[in-house]
Amino acid sequence: MELDIAKESERITANCSRDSSNLIPILQEAQGKFGYLPAEAMQKFARFLKLPESTVFGVSTFYAQFKLAPTGRNKITVCRGTACHVRGGVRILREVERQLGIKPGETTNDMENTLETIACFGSCALAPVMVVDKNVYGRMTTTRVAQILGKTK
Amino acid sequence: MEEIRLTIDGQEVKAKPGMTVLEAARSAGIYIPTLCADPDLKPYGGCRLCIVEIEKLRGFPTSCTTPVTEGMVVKTNTDAVNEVRRTVVELLLSDHPSECLICHRRKRCGPFDICLRNVAVTERCVTCAKNEHCELQDIVDYLGITELPFKHTERSYPVDTSNPFFYRDLDKCVLCGKCVRVCDEVLGVGAVAIINRGFGSKVATFGDKPIIDSNCVSCGECVVHCPVGALMPKVTERPTEEVATTCTYCGVGCGMYLGVRDGKVMSVRGKREGTVNNGFLCVKGRFGFDFIHHEDRLKYPLIKKNGKFAEASWDEALELVATKLGGYKPDELAVVSSAKCTNEDNYVAQKFARVVLKTNNVDHCARLCHAPTVAGLVQSFGSGAMTNSISEFRDAGCIFAIGTNTTEAHPIIALELKRAVDNGARLIVANPREIDLVRWSYLWLQHNPGSDVALLMGMMRIIVEEGLLDQAFIDKRCENFDAFKVALKGFDLDSVARITGVPKEKIAEAARIYATKKPSAILYAMGITQHSHGTDNVIATANLAMLTGNIGKPASGVNPLRGQNNVQGACDMGALPNVYPGYQAVTDAKVKSKFEAAWGGSLSPSVGLPVTEIVEAAYKGKIKAMYLIGENPLLSEPDITHAEEALDKLEFLVVQDIFLSETAKLADVILPGVSFAEKNGTFTNTERRVQRVRKAVEPIGESRADWEISCQVGKKMGGKGFYFKNASQIMEEIASLTPSYGGISYKRLEKGGLQWPCPTPEHPGTPILHTQQFTRGKGQFIPLEYKPPMELPDKQYPLVLTTGRSLYHFHTGTMTRKVAGLNVLKKEGEVEINPADAAKLGIADGDRVKVVSRRGEVVTKANVTEVSPAGVVFMTFHFAESPANRLTNPALDPVAKIPEYKVCAVRVEKA
Repeated sequence: MELDIAKESERITANCSRDSSNLIPILQEAQGKFGYLPAEAMQKFARFLKLPESTVFGVSTFYAQFKLAPTGRNKITVCRGTACHVRGGVRILREVERQLGIKPGETTNDMENTLETIACFGSCALAPVMVVDKNVYGRMTTTRVAQILGKTK
Repeated sequence: MEEIRLTIDGQEVKAKPGMTVLEAARSAGIYIPTLCADPDLKPYGGCRLCIVEIEKLRGFPTSCTTPVTEGMVVKTNTDAVNEVRRTVVELLLSDHPSECLICHRRKRCGPFDICLRNVAVTERCVTCAKNEHCELQDIVDYLGITELPFKHTERSYPVDTSNPFFYRDLDKCVLCGKCVRVCDEVLGVGAVAIINRGFGSKVATFGDKPIIDSNCVSCGECVVHCPVGALMPKVTERPTEEVATTCTYCGVGCGMYLGVRDGKVMSVRGKREGTVNNGFLCVKGRFGFDFIHHEDRLKYPLIKKNGKFAEASWDEALELVATKLGGYKPDELAVVSSAKCTNEDNYVAQKFARVVLKTNNVDHCARLCHAPTVAGLVQSFGSGAMTNSISEFRDAGCIFAIGTNTTEAHPIIALELKRAVDNGARLIVANPREIDLVRWSYLWLQHNPGSDVALLMGMMRIIVEEGLLDQAFIDKRCENFDAFKVALKGFDLDSVARITGVPKEKIAEAARIYATKKPSAILYAMGITQHSHGTDNVIATANLAMLTGNIGKPASGVNPLRGQNNVQGACDMGALPNVYPGYQAVTDAKVKSKFEAAWGGSLSPSVGLPVTEIVEAAYKGKIKAMYLIGENPLLSEPDITHAEEALDKLEFLVVQDIFLSETAKLADVILPGVSFAEKNGTFTNTERRVQRVRKAVEPIGESRADWEISCQVGKKMGGKGFYFKNASQIMEEIASLTPSYGGISYKRLEKGGLQWPCPTPEHPGTPILHTQQFTRGKGQFIPLEYKPPMELPDKQYPLVLTTGRSLYHFHTGTMTRKVAGLNVLKKEGEVEINPADAAKLGIADGDRVKVVSRRGEVVTKANVTEVSPAGVVFMTFHFAESPANRLTNPALDPVAKIPEYKVCAVRVEKA
């Protein structure tokens, strides 16, 4: 179901004070709700917090956690940390790219999957690591990629 | 003040406490390379180039963020420091065009040399317009960088040429953040921010759109502050000389330098020292000078023959004007002077009307903006001018801005308000529309148009009831308080809330803040004055200030923001029907005989007609001939259809102007005056500061200074006192007859402006009025009652129309409509309408609509926006294509004779 961006944005700010330090929590909530930060929502937040729109845009583009375009239903994250790299993380990434037909930062046309990389997931003992939504897959092999991705469909 | 002594590079330097090491070094003439430090901005510490070595401090502190301390020993130019700086610059240059920086032939390479790139150098290989004025170039030279160790990476952003006045070439950007900071910290606009991170960082607008699609106000401060060639004006030629003068647009009176090259004004630069603007300018001041050399400028006198204008010689035109005007009785003549012209022009014009034409029928457009200020504040205080100075606002505890859209109409004063808010002042905005100022406000009172008296009286009742008044001040300095207190009875909070439409709590909170967060300053403009009860509105603000003792003290007072560059001066010079220069009444026999003696002729003892009544008298055939200087009543008068008919009935109309305005087309004779760039004189700004206007270029064609023309007509008609050689001589005569200007002379003004009253040559001027006692002795409380606007919405005309101004245009657009760039930024008029009203009428944003009132109709574009509240529509009056004043109501204030521009009833329909 489509969310009404204006109404939802107002709901997000309803319980906040108009202090500019609330910007990041507000953006995080919007990111969670919409899956990305719609321009209309950012403008609403700027007006609410009495901040220039450009400042809100600057913050939204600085942090990797915020997206400016809608993301897929599932988020697939491949670790590019040192340990994973040594254990062949690049090959995992290439395989995911091949399977989904997208590059990191992109979303499949059916809005099912978004591919991302992370600098280190912090589970180096399990390297190479791939994360699908909240499930962590350790000791990954290229053959398991298709298996796991099949599950997400 | 105590002094701090420190040593920089072995040199003893004295500094003030609170200064940074960088400021101390600069004050001693020691160069420290930096890209991000700027005296206008807060310390940032971003570029890491101003690092220094300081004994007993670890590492390399940035000098721009390190405060000076006693006995500090600083080294700015050591090998270790320069090593770090070099790496920083090398990294910067790895993605910055560098030909202009490191080529060893940069300075020696002449035109048409063949260089290593095997091409003929036409403009040398340096194509950056900032060449030789670039701070990065200075730094590269200082560090002696000649080669680049890092692999070069192109950023290759497209150049943003969308703004009519400047380019944004982000390939040359060094991300110092100055443009972002000046736009946010100083302007409060925040059109740009640094987006993304790492190599992808760049300065961008919201959504990374072209700058013209952002909320940028095109003031050009980012261009001024850019240290490199990333932000450049589109006109990159440099002037050969600069002339210090005063801006010709609004009443703020910004100091500026006109840059001249080949006899043409081609740039404007803000003046810092001794000015109200501290170097800052708005879009009109900085970029709005193209009208000076516009091809449509009037170059020769024109005489209408058989309905067509024909060029004439000065002799012929002056002879005709003199003969014609000489053929009428004094009561059949009127002179309309101009708030755009200098004090000297206005002085001569009113002298001409009074001595030669023997009439007091002389007025100017102050009638249409601040006549109630003069009428109202004179009754309350004895003097009708801004009581305090612009630079004081930053120290206010509370600023109450009622009926002023400051960011649009007085942009540089708005910077002071921004600063005040940053310093902790509570800003209360009272305005029916959600103007830009609301963003910075602590409290916004959205009252119904025309309900100001109720709002202010309601606030005063709260102040009295809660005992927040300054009884000591009232007892000592004021009179008539008891009668006033009785009048407050009618303004209980419930009825005030009903009349104004503002919730009770907000009114009470505003009253409490204003009364307790002292010093509190009231600012107002046309939202207070342009009503059929404008004088009452003004008196209400004066009552409020006296009630709380917020007057006669720094950062407080009642501060009417005057509209035109010299509207204060035109009033001071007596271009008014009831007073001579310096507000000396024409009805006072003693004053009259003083002026008769000085001017050498008999004067009329009766008060003349104000401009609104002059138009009416012309309509009735009582006024038969008019001499109109630099005014455009056919766009500025209310109900212009009526005004047009009135002027049409005149037997003889002389218009003195720089362009063929809508009004000039009706003239019988047109005399070409000059713009502010072509004459010497003085303007008096809104804070009573008399400032010099200096001639930068020769008059266009055969045009002549306005005072010169009036003098010539005066002489031809047998007037005696019109033999002035220059503007300075006129000022001498003004000073001799006007007590408040008594100490003002061109010699003194060379050192900067002077605020009147300045009665003697030794007097330093008066930044704050009424400090010891009011001009009239005691401040007078005046009881008021609420009167609704003359025309209220009804079934046939269900909406309220209120009029106002746009940042990009000035008044009837005679000048700004001739500046191409300003017409890109705002090309047409529109009517602002609330989405709720628009939906009811089936109107979408951008639709052509017809706005109809009892007096006429106008077709314009709809701007559907929440800025206007439901039930209220808004138009600017700048555009001849959609003249708002075809609709406005000519109902006059009984005292000040100002028309009710701010409220009339209209209906809107699809065109």
